[in-house]
Amino acid sequence: MMPDLGKYADTVLSAYGAAIVLLVVLVAVTLWHGAKVKRQLAEIEGRLAKGA
Amino acid sequence: MSIWEYANPKKFMQTSSWALPWVSGLGVILLAVGLVWGFFFTPEDYKQGSTVKIIYLHVPSAMMAVSAWFMMLAGSLIWLIRRHHVSALAAKAAAPVGLTFTVIGLVTGAIWGQPMWGTWWAWDPRLTSFLILGLFYLGYIALWAAVEDADTAADLTSVLCIVGSVFAFLSRYAVLFWNQGLHQGASLSVDSEQHVSDIYAFPLWTCIAGFVVLFVTLVLLRTRTEIRSRRMKALMARERAGA
Repeated sequence: MMPDLGKYADTVLSAYGAAIVLLVVLVAVTLWHGAKVKRQLAEIEGRLAKGA
Repeated sequence: MSIWEYANPKKFMQTSSWALPWVSGLGVILLAVGLVWGFFFTPEDYKQGSTVKIIYLHVPSAMMAVSAWFMMLAGSLIWLIRRHHVSALAAKAAAPVGLTFTVIGLVTGAIWGQPMWGTWWAWDPRLTSFLILGLFYLGYIALWAAVEDADTAADLTSVLCIVGSVFAFLSRYAVLFWNQGLHQGASLSVDSEQHVSDIYAFPLWTCIAGFVVLFVTLVLLRTRTEIRSRRMKALMARERAGA
């Protein structure tokens, strides 16, 4: 299934590898930070609701 | 209905919550189809060999790196003129995404350039203005982090964004008026003498669409986080004042 990349196989695979790693890190950090802030906000809102 | 309704954080959160599953699903499909099509089902180029497959990552990421800055410019101008917080927060949210696309553009360009040009890097007008754009992204993100007051940070970063737009413009159009350097002209232009063959262009357009939708998805997600973060800071200040 893997196409024959010839003498440039390392070049093509390293470009795809670097780009995919950067994209995956960007998406993972976005989701992780979003979930963290959402959780923290819910905690504060819960605390304030109890105190009200 | 006016577009300014979406400047209301509550309205933005409702609408983005509804849109996100559709937008993210479309992004995954477009990227998967475009990259698989480009990587597995396109032939080698007669000059560039299999390195032509790098086009499916390099061109969309470089295009979106510049487009992200123009989106930030729009958000910054709306903030400066109309003082809508969501627009400033959307610009802030887009910056790390644009920076990542810039890095992908630079890295894949260097990897591609080495066998084709015989060098990883050249101080070519397009490459240099693109690198400076990357440095502006870093400065923009650092300025948001350095200024404590959110409104002041939004003002200062908006001005920086306007200045940086010169380099975003140069990154895209330098090849049209600086007839020097290694980087070729606009390959996707329909009226160019030399443009990408259809066999490469169709998967490339699919990848470009995928990167656009990925950008929209990430900016929506990150803007929602910025809105929540801002509300959290306001509630914490209220909590401290009440204690």
